[in-house]
Amino acid sequence: MTFLRVVLFSVAVLLVFTGFANVLPQIQSDPPKEEIIDTGSLDMAGMISLGESLFKGKGTCTLCHNGMGRAPDLLEMNLAETFPERLKDPRYKGVAAGKEGPKAIEEYIHESMVDPSAYVVAGFGKKGTNDTESPMPTINKPPVELNEIEINAVIAFLQDRAGIEPTVPLPSAEDVVVPDESSSEGPDVATTAEDAIDKFGCAACHDLFGSEADTGPPLAGIGKRMSRGDLMDAILYPNDTIAEGYEADIMPQDFAEQMSASELTLIVDYLLNLPE
Amino acid sequence: MKKQTLHVSLGLLAVLLLVLIPQYGFAAGDEVAAVLEGAPKPSRLDYPMIWGISGRTVVWSMAQMHLFLAAFVLSVPLFSLATEFMGTVTGDDRFDNMAHEFMKISMAAYSLTALVGGGLTLSLFLFYPQMMGYMLKVFRGQVLVYAALFGFESITLYIYYYSWDALRRGNRKWFHMSIGLTLNTIGLTLMFIANAWATFMMSPAGVDPATGAVTGTIWEVTRNPLWNPLNLHRFLANIAYGGAIVGGYAAYMFLAEKDPVKKAHYDWMGYTSNFIAILGFLPLPFAGYWLMAEIYAYSQQMGITAMGGILAWLFIIQAVLIGTIMMAANYYLWSGLMRTDRGAHYARYVKYIAVVIVGGFLVWVTPHTLLLTSQEIQQLGGTHHKLLGPLGIMPAKNTAVNLMLVFTFMSFQMFYRSSRIPTVSWAKAGNMFIVALYVIGCINIVGAGLYGYITPTVYKVGASVPQVVTTLTIIIGSVIIDVFRLRGSKPETVHWGRMSERSQYALFVLPVAFTWLMGLMGYIRSSLRTHWHVYTIMKDNSAEAYIPTIGQAGNTITAITLGFMAIMVFVFWLSRLGATRQDETEAPS
Repeated sequence: MTFLRVVLFSVAVLLVFTGFANVLPQIQSDPPKEEIIDTGSLDMAGMISLGESLFKGKGTCTLCHNGMGRAPDLLEMNLAETFPERLKDPRYKGVAAGKEGPKAIEEYIHESMVDPSAYVVAGFGKKGTNDTESPMPTINKPPVELNEIEINAVIAFLQDRAGIEPTVPLPSAEDVVVPDESSSEGPDVATTAEDAIDKFGCAACHDLFGSEADTGPPLAGIGKRMSRGDLMDAILYPNDTIAEGYEADIMPQDFAEQMSASELTLIVDYLLNLPE
Repeated sequence: MKKQTLHVSLGLLAVLLLVLIPQYGFAAGDEVAAVLEGAPKPSRLDYPMIWGISGRTVVWSMAQMHLFLAAFVLSVPLFSLATEFMGTVTGDDRFDNMAHEFMKISMAAYSLTALVGGGLTLSLFLFYPQMMGYMLKVFRGQVLVYAALFGFESITLYIYYYSWDALRRGNRKWFHMSIGLTLNTIGLTLMFIANAWATFMMSPAGVDPATGAVTGTIWEVTRNPLWNPLNLHRFLANIAYGGAIVGGYAAYMFLAEKDPVKKAHYDWMGYTSNFIAILGFLPLPFAGYWLMAEIYAYSQQMGITAMGGILAWLFIIQAVLIGTIMMAANYYLWSGLMRTDRGAHYARYVKYIAVVIVGGFLVWVTPHTLLLTSQEIQQLGGTHHKLLGPLGIMPAKNTAVNLMLVFTFMSFQMFYRSSRIPTVSWAKAGNMFIVALYVIGCINIVGAGLYGYITPTVYKVGASVPQVVTTLTIIIGSVIIDVFRLRGSKPETVHWGRMSERSQYALFVLPVAFTWLMGLMGYIRSSLRTHWHVYTIMKDNSAEAYIPTIGQAGNTITAITLGFMAIMVFVFWLSRLGATRQDETEAPS
């Protein structure tokens, strides 16, 4: 009895914690998606709008540039006055030092994004560095990784906020960064047999999920008629063996290129277990 | 005495050598040519799908279970060595028996830890082959050092356990403790190495930031920015965790035993374990601050993701858990006042302490942003309550936790005092001094908290430093005064076993809450990397690269905790089975 009481008590305590975790706001944080910018339709208004969404989203700028005092609050402060003041600051020795005007401001903002420690606003440096080192991440490097078009969009947004006509160039088709295939997420891979069968349209020709299709041979009880290896071969090289009464060249020949190994495994496992 | 010194010196020398072996290993690593190939860039197709199983959940479960077990088998020898030492110093055999009893339990848990560790390695290679390939490339021969140390750990553990009775008395005891010290040093080194792997993934060092190519020595990779803060945090947490689990075991035995002598033994064991658990627990928030401060220093983004971003709500759950631990520990201590006849004298202060503990807990769980419907937000005029909103930010939380720690310590001090009557002439003056220390200290903690409201956010964390210093000053100062004040005191009888059954349930709350809390903090720590295997170096392109919701995480942590509890029940049962003897007179059937 003691054992049971102790176990029940402990489980009850656990359930209280679990219940509490379940009543709090439930947010799933997905990795940022690589978006290809449609340069054909992007005018300067579009650039400004893109810059704003990057500033508040992928760029994660508002994590620090807010009213909490970690970094200058760029959304609240008077940027029209601030930018020229920064250029005149004797501590500023960067690429736009000694220059004036909108183009100089563009250069200043660009530099502050790709080389944040080039100039640190007084009071916002890393602790103990006497404002010589910025805590801000380099924006074109991981983890933020904005590309040049995106950086220009953020500059356009900030210039617009400062009441300046943006000076950044509009992107051309050649500028568009196509996500690196090797580092991208790759095509969506089905994670269940149902999704995989749906993805490759198997039920359009075979009688699966009640489709009653008869273009391809019935697959009910296929596990009793074919081995795993033969079934795999039949999917990857369908013309090698044609079932009696059916024609060649109907089934796609390129599943070997299209399917991932895991999708093939899911489909084969599913088919082998189909009842008669 | 000379022999004792020699034994201790030999033990320490052995320990030093063991600490230096990995150091030499790292030094040798300097000469290894840098691996210039960068970090792999796996696409989604590079993550094997096996029977539709969620690879991440498998790895998460195995890693967390391994960590629970490893924390237990690492903490028990620490706990045992400390109690063995206390037994030697005080000459009280109860300490020695308890230490021995617990080593017996850890023996069964040890093989299970290795088993789950093997499962974890296998699942990592199975589901994340590219990531593991890169980690091996980065840490090179260190895994071999780890494997060798694991072997040494096993040998030392067996020698430590099986030589217990042979080296129990006199100078031999010091030799035995030297073996224990060696065992713990190897155990801690193992943990530090594993910590280096985990923290490298969070704050990589010794690799090219652009490509991930290995440019540094193994030592540079190991000594990454978050390594030492995590080492300290886990070391302290292990002490607290070991104490909590032993306390839970003692509580169960107390409830199950009918024999008053054994009941008294397990009551004493429960008290001592709780003492050690809280001792390890008290400095833990400060180690946590250091870890978080280093996270901010390494990457402000990562820090904000934890404290102000998607994971911020998890710290409310953490507050609930730590508050639960504090309330349970205090309740147990207050119940303990009934063990002494003078306890009633101190019991009258309990209600005031309870107000502070519960009040502190409520402040800690008050969120900054409230969960409201749009209609409620309209009525309230925002998501922050006008009066309660200020309780949601750091200065209030820091003030609350420091006051809770101070008053938890006061509960301990009351029990300690209830069993002794001071005889020194300055006893009253000393007491007044301690009272003044508490009063001035509490005013300072509250004052520093209020200062936190009028200073910019960046300095709020800094404002917590004087609070921490004050808390430690109160604790250390009053311990020192009490030690001298109670020197030569008249001891009062402590009626071990004179405890309510209800109080023992408070001891169960501790291991359950500690285990769940460890799971939660592990989830937070891993999630800080967001969608990176190795932060900013190697992206996680798997289908499961997202941070799960708090509810999903909570459910997973509960499932793992239940599994761990089942294993612990099995381990305790095994150790009792080992001590069960068939009656000699029982006829064979």
